[in-house]
Amino acid sequence: MALSGLQIFKQLPKTNCKDCGQATCLAFAMALATGKASLDQCPHVSDAAREVLDSASAPPVALVKIGVGDEQVELGNETVLFRHDKRFEHPCAIAIPVCDTMGDAEIVSKVDAINKLVFDRVGQTHRVDMVLVCACSGSPERFVEAVKLVAGRTAYPLILKSEDPATIEKALEVVAAKKPLVYSANAANYQAMAALAKKFEVPLVVQGAGLDELASLVEKVAELGCKQLILDSGTTELGQVLTDQTQIRRQALKKFRPFGYPTIVFASNEDPFQAVIDAGVYIAKYAGIVVIDSVDPADILPLITLRLNIYTDPQKPIAVESKIYEILTPGPDSPVYLTTNFSLTYFCVAGDIEASRVPGYVLPVDTDGVSVLTGWAAGKFTPEKISEMMNTCGIAGKVSHRKVIIPGGVAVLSGKLQEISGWEVLVGPRDSSGIPSFIKQRWNA
Amino acid sequence: MAVAIVKERWTNKVLEMTIGQEPNAVKVGGDSTLPFLHFEGEMPNRPVVALEVWDMEPDNWPAILTEPFKGVLDNPVAWAKKCADYGADMICLRLNSAHPDQMDATPDEVAATVKAVAEAVSLPLIVVGCGVEEKDALILPAAGEAISGQNALLGCATINNYKTITATCMVHGHNIIATSPLDINLAKQLNILINEMNLPLSRIAMDPLVGALGYGVEYAYSIMERARTGALNGDKMLAIPMICFVGQETWKTKEAKTEDNEEWGAQARRALLWEVLTAASFAQAGGSIFILRHPESLKLFNNNIAAMMKQNS
Ligand code: B12
Ligand code: SF4
Repeated sequence: MALSGLQIFKQLPKTNCKDCGQATCLAFAMALATGKASLDQCPHVSDAAREVLDSASAPPVALVKIGVGDEQVELGNETVLFRHDKRFEHPCAIAIPVCDTMGDAEIVSKVDAINKLVFDRVGQTHRVDMVLVCACSGSPERFVEAVKLVAGRTAYPLILKSEDPATIEKALEVVAAKKPLVYSANAANYQAMAALAKKFEVPLVVQGAGLDELASLVEKVAELGCKQLILDSGTTELGQVLTDQTQIRRQALKKFRPFGYPTIVFASNEDPFQAVIDAGVYIAKYAGIVVIDSVDPADILPLITLRLNIYTDPQKPIAVESKIYEILTPGPDSPVYLTTNFSLTYFCVAGDIEASRVPGYVLPVDTDGVSVLTGWAAGKFTPEKISEMMNTCGIAGKVSHRKVIIPGGVAVLSGKLQEISGWEVLVGPRDSSGIPSFIKQRWNA
Repeated sequence: MAVAIVKERWTNKVLEMTIGQEPNAVKVGGDSTLPFLHFEGEMPNRPVVALEVWDMEPDNWPAILTEPFKGVLDNPVAWAKKCADYGADMICLRLNSAHPDQMDATPDEVAATVKAVAEAVSLPLIVVGCGVEEKDALILPAAGEAISGQNALLGCATINNYKTITATCMVHGHNIIATSPLDINLAKQLNILINEMNLPLSRIAMDPLVGALGYGVEYAYSIMERARTGALNGDKMLAIPMICFVGQETWKTKEAKTEDNEEWGAQARRALLWEVLTAASFAQAGGSIFILRHPESLKLFNNNIAAMMKQNS
């Protein structure tokens, strides 16, 4: 929650000494409130005041980084309860577990399967994010072996899971440089775990049995100097997880400091189908990391797609590149379709053309990534812009006819477009799902 | 440390709607909090699920979807009974045969089918037209009359055809589905117009025209969340149950239709999860009535709902 200029002013020395470059403390306070100055510019502010002002300006959910390099996962910095209020900042990370009781070959093949969970969607690459290594064997040596094996096989950040600080320490001695997440500090071991997290400078999960215990543990761990924390309220029961995740987010937004961190949730339903559905609920409802034990793309693709939908910035639609797209294998007689470069629009149209089983070309005009009607209403899908794209993209060299199909929703464009482009304009159905029957009845090149 | 639980103080609740007749009536809505937040308010009715039945054989359903309905796809009565056996709360009868591009069936023809289905199953009925606004304005009055007094749910009424459909609901004692394209103001406007014709708000279900996973979930999800928070904050014109046609959207996606492959995994598993995850995310956003297609999705989604409905601390 940002402070007002007056609230900030109350914390300043009120001497008007001008060392900050402003004429008065009040002017400086106003500049701070609007982000035009930084607190460091006043050399006289007291430590107490600095703490008040810093904590007021800190994000409600701390930014936590796990791993290093390109594959580093960033979580937190969330500022809202509903995506429509602004946006969700850091997509929930998907982690898949590997257990040290598995044989080496089994571990290797599972990690390889995890690495392969990479999907193309709306022109972007989407994948899972982390591998959790679980110390189930009870042998610290075996755990370290397993961790080494996994770390050597994937670039994804690791989560090291053991409640035994000695076991964690052995593993950290080997992989701390990769900044794995340690799971977990609980009521019994938090002092030792916090010490390890500090020593090796790695992020740490704090696990409490319920919200009350979680809050007090977080306070203690934070007092021991750990700031890169992830929260686990200790439940795997679906309804209770929703309650806890909702509370943690709400409290964080109200600046209840112990809950101002991202969370981790385990989708551990015994029924593997149901576990995927639970994971979907957690993705929608505030989980920072979701752990799910599946390397089946049929499970992971829907989850990754849901995550993409939930974390899309409502103010910034995803766009596709404005160029010629070939659906199936079109030839000189194939139909040419016009649409906009809003990815959702483009993929609806492309999908429906594919469903028609008649190959075709699609030309998404650059409308800054908005839909057909939005683009039209905003003057971004005009006959001029459309014919410019038609002239520059090279479609005239690909087809022998001069006919183009436009969305039914913008039938009003047809006369002007025909005039400017010189192409015959066919008005297609309003909804692209009408393309298959339209094309069969109406197309002959 | 005792954490003080944060509860919102909502000022309004969603109206309760009853569909069908006792002893088989289904109740939806009545929520006084966001979905499944039992610590904060009431959610007296769980979300309900209808399976789709068509009045003509679908020609573009993938095999994994036709399989469970083998032998009944050309017979709406048998198909509806099958859905009842599969455990649906309601039957959603879709009058596709009336579509001018299909069989262009007459109002009398579709009315006869509606009547036959209603006589064969005791579950409450949702009767949906062919999607062509002018044609639906002709067939839905006939359909509504054929099952007069049975308190069905008829739709989809749009800004262009709501008048005749609303009048039918008034005269023959049905509820209405008010459809508007992903826009909260349009939705509200249509609810108001229907309500101004004296159909009580408690007999209107809102259809935000949801998209499937990957095809617009983000818009529908947020429109629904906004409608629900608006309702709880006192906007009476939005305080009605929302209906989500999840099956129709899911089963036209590439992800549901593409056969087994290495990159995407087995079609059956992927497609079912596509349908259920779409539904489950809309349940989190405030959906009350769900129209699905696959009986296995029905089962999986119901398990999810049952777990979500469990009271907890
Ligand atoms: C979400 C939304 C927005 C979002 C934009 C999201 C985006 N990326 O487009 C935001 C909030 C930014 C927005 C803003 C505006 N919007 Co707006 N918006 C919508 C809304 C609710 C949904 C649009 C959408 O995503 N549709 C889904 C996509 C997939 O649909 P589509 O692109 O039309 O594609 C379909 C068909 O056209 C067809 N199709 C597409 N291509 C092709 C090609 C061929 C060959 C064929 C045959 C068919 C076909 O098939 C597709 C699938 O069905 C619509 C209402 C609605 N439901 O249409 C209003 C709507 C489009 N917006 C509207 C308006 C007026 C605006 C604003 C001008 C409002 C304002 N005054 O500020 C601004 C303009 C913004 C700007 N300056 O850029 C109006 C347009 C009215 C009109 N007909 O002129 C609409 C219809 C709402 C309304 N009824 O008032 N909007
Ligand atoms: S430097 Fe500090 S004390 Fe001096 S005028 Fe600026 S704000 Fe006031």
